[in-house]
Amino acid sequence: MGSTITEKILALHAGRDTVKPGELINAGIDVIMCHDVTTTPAIDMMKANGDLHVAYPERVVIMPDHFVPNKDIKSAEMVAKIRRWAKEEKIDKFYDIGRHGVCHALLPEQGHVRPGTTIVCGDSHTCTHGALGAFATGIGSTDLAAALATGELWFKVPESILFRINGALPKGVYAKDVILYIISQIGVDGALYKAMEFTGDVIDFLSVESRMTLCNMAIEAGAKTGIINPDETTLEYVRAHSNEHFDVFHSDPDAEYSQIIDIDVTNLEPMVALPHLPSNGKPVSQAGNIPIDQAWLGSCTNGRIEDLRKAAAVMRGNKVAKGVRMIVVPATTQIWKQASREGLLDIFMEAGATVSAPTCGACLGGHMGILAAGERCISSTNRNFIGRMGSPESEVYLASPATVAASALEGKIANPTTYKQD
Amino acid sequence: MNGSAHVYARAHINTDEIIPARYLNMDQEKDLACHAMEDIDTDFIKKVQKGDVIVAGEDFGCGSSREHAVWALRGSGIQAIIAESFARIFYRNCINNGFPAIECPGIGKKINTGDRLTVDLSKGKIYNETQNTEYNFLPIPDFAREIIDAGGLLKAIAKKGKL
Ligand code: SF4
Repeated sequence: MGSTITEKILALHAGRDTVKPGELINAGIDVIMCHDVTTTPAIDMMKANGDLHVAYPERVVIMPDHFVPNKDIKSAEMVAKIRRWAKEEKIDKFYDIGRHGVCHALLPEQGHVRPGTTIVCGDSHTCTHGALGAFATGIGSTDLAAALATGELWFKVPESILFRINGALPKGVYAKDVILYIISQIGVDGALYKAMEFTGDVIDFLSVESRMTLCNMAIEAGAKTGIINPDETTLEYVRAHSNEHFDVFHSDPDAEYSQIIDIDVTNLEPMVALPHLPSNGKPVSQAGNIPIDQAWLGSCTNGRIEDLRKAAAVMRGNKVAKGVRMIVVPATTQIWKQASREGLLDIFMEAGATVSAPTCGACLGGHMGILAAGERCISSTNRNFIGRMGSPESEVYLASPATVAASALEGKIANPTTYKQD
Repeated sequence: MNGSAHVYARAHINTDEIIPARYLNMDQEKDLACHAMEDIDTDFIKKVQKGDVIVAGEDFGCGSSREHAVWALRGSGIQAIIAESFARIFYRNCINNGFPAIECPGIGKKINTGDRLTVDLSKGKIYNETQNTEYNFLPIPDFAREIIDAGGLLKAIAKKGKL
C-alpha cells in the first residue's frame, strides 16, 4: 500500500519510514510563521513556563498583518511587543510596514514556502501553502509557543480525501468558484480533521496563485490542510522565489484515501456563498436580486495580482454603481507595486473604488471597511460568519474577484461572465 | 466538576461568534471574557457562573484558530465544553490549555439550559441532576489526558524540556 503526499511529508519529519492515518506523531517544523494577533499570547506563555526561548530563530518568519498599519493603541502595543521579542530572540525575518502583507500571500511570495516542508502558523488559513506541496496547517497560540520552543509539534496523521477535478473551466469561472462549489457539496465539516488533496486536469492547468485560493479554503470544510502534488508549474514558481533546497513528494498511485470525489467543472457557474456559512454556495444565476452596499476585494484568498487583474478586466472603463463603496486591498506590498505598474490601481480608482495599503483589515472585521447593521457586502474573502466583517446584523457574500467586480458595477450580486475577462 | 448548563445546540458555532475579531486587539483572559459569546447571546456573560458548562451541537469552534475563544470561555467561568463534535483547531486548543473538551454525540437535544450537571472525566460520565439521568461520553484520548493532567502543553514541555 502506498502513501499520500501528506503521509510522506509527515513521516520524513517524524523520522519514520511511513506513517498511517490516526497515528500520533511528533513532527519537526521547518517554518513557523507569526502574525500580530496570535503571537503575543505565545510570547507570554513561553515566558511564564520556565522562560522558554526560540529553539531555531532561523525557522521563524514574522508578518504582522491583521490590524496593520496599526489600527489603534492596543494593536500597536501588540506589534511593539513582538518587535522587542524578535530582537531578543534574534529573529531577523520580520516583514514590517513597507515590506508587509497578508501573511499567507507574503510567505510564498518571499520564498518561505517550499515543497515537502512543514509549515505552521497561529492562523487557520495556513492550509494555503499546501498549494506548493508543503504540509501546512493552522494552530493556536499554545501550539505556536510549543513549536517555537521545541521546533516540533504533535499531530494526528490525517486521512486524506482525493478531489479529482476535471473538465474545462468556463469563461468567468475561477478557482474560487470551484472551492465554493466543493464546500457547498460537502459542508463546513465535510473534511473535518482530514487532508483535502486536489488533482485532475483543472489543477494541472491552474496557476500557483489559483491553487492557493483552492487550498486556502480547505479549512472552511474543516480540513487540517489542503494539498496539491508539485508539478512543473510549482517548481517554476518556487525556483523563482527561493534558492533554498527542497524535496519533492508525490502521492503514490496506490495511496489510500478515505474518500474519492470526482468533480466535473464544465458546467460550473460563478458561485456566491450566502450568509452565514461558506457552505451556503449557490450559482450567482440562482441567487436572486441582492442589492449590496459594499464590495471588498482582497485577503489571503483572493488579494493576489492575478485576482486584481481579473477584477480590473471587468471594471476597466466602467463605474462602480451609485451607493456602492468598493474597497480594493492588494494583499502584499509587492502586489500593490505590481498593480500600480500595470495600471490596475488606476482602473479601480477611475471606476470609483478606493485602494488601501495591504492588510487583513475588514476581512475579519478589524478595520478599513467595517459594515454597519443591515449592510451587505460582497467579498473575495473566505468567511461569511455572523459579524465577520462588522456588525452582527450585517451580511457577507463570498465570491470570486470577477464576481465582486461585476457586483460593484451593478450594485447587486451580478454574474461576471457577460463582462470582459482577463 | 459541577455547574449549570448553557445549551447552544446549533451546529457550527464558530470562533468569530465565541469571541468576535474586533476584540482580538486584546489577549488577556479577563478582558476577552467580558465579550464571550457576545454575537450569539448578549446575555451570556451576565448569566454565566463559575463552574458552568457549555453544551453545544456539532463542529463547535469551527473557523479561526484564535485560542482567544478558549480563553474567553474559560475566563467567563466555564469549566468544560460538552459538544456533539468539535472543530479540529478548537479541540486542540482546549487540550493544549488543559481545558476539558468532551465529545458526546446527540447531547445537544438531551440537556436543557439551566440543568445542573456533574462531569466525571475519569469515568467518562455526565450526571444530569435536574433530569436525574446520566450520559456516557467518548473517553478523552490518553495523550490528551496527559496534557490536561499536566495543566496544559506548555507546562508539560517546561517539565520535560521537550515535546
Ligand atoms: S486575510 Fe482574512 S482570512 Fe486571511 S489571514 Fe487575514 S484575516 Fe485571516
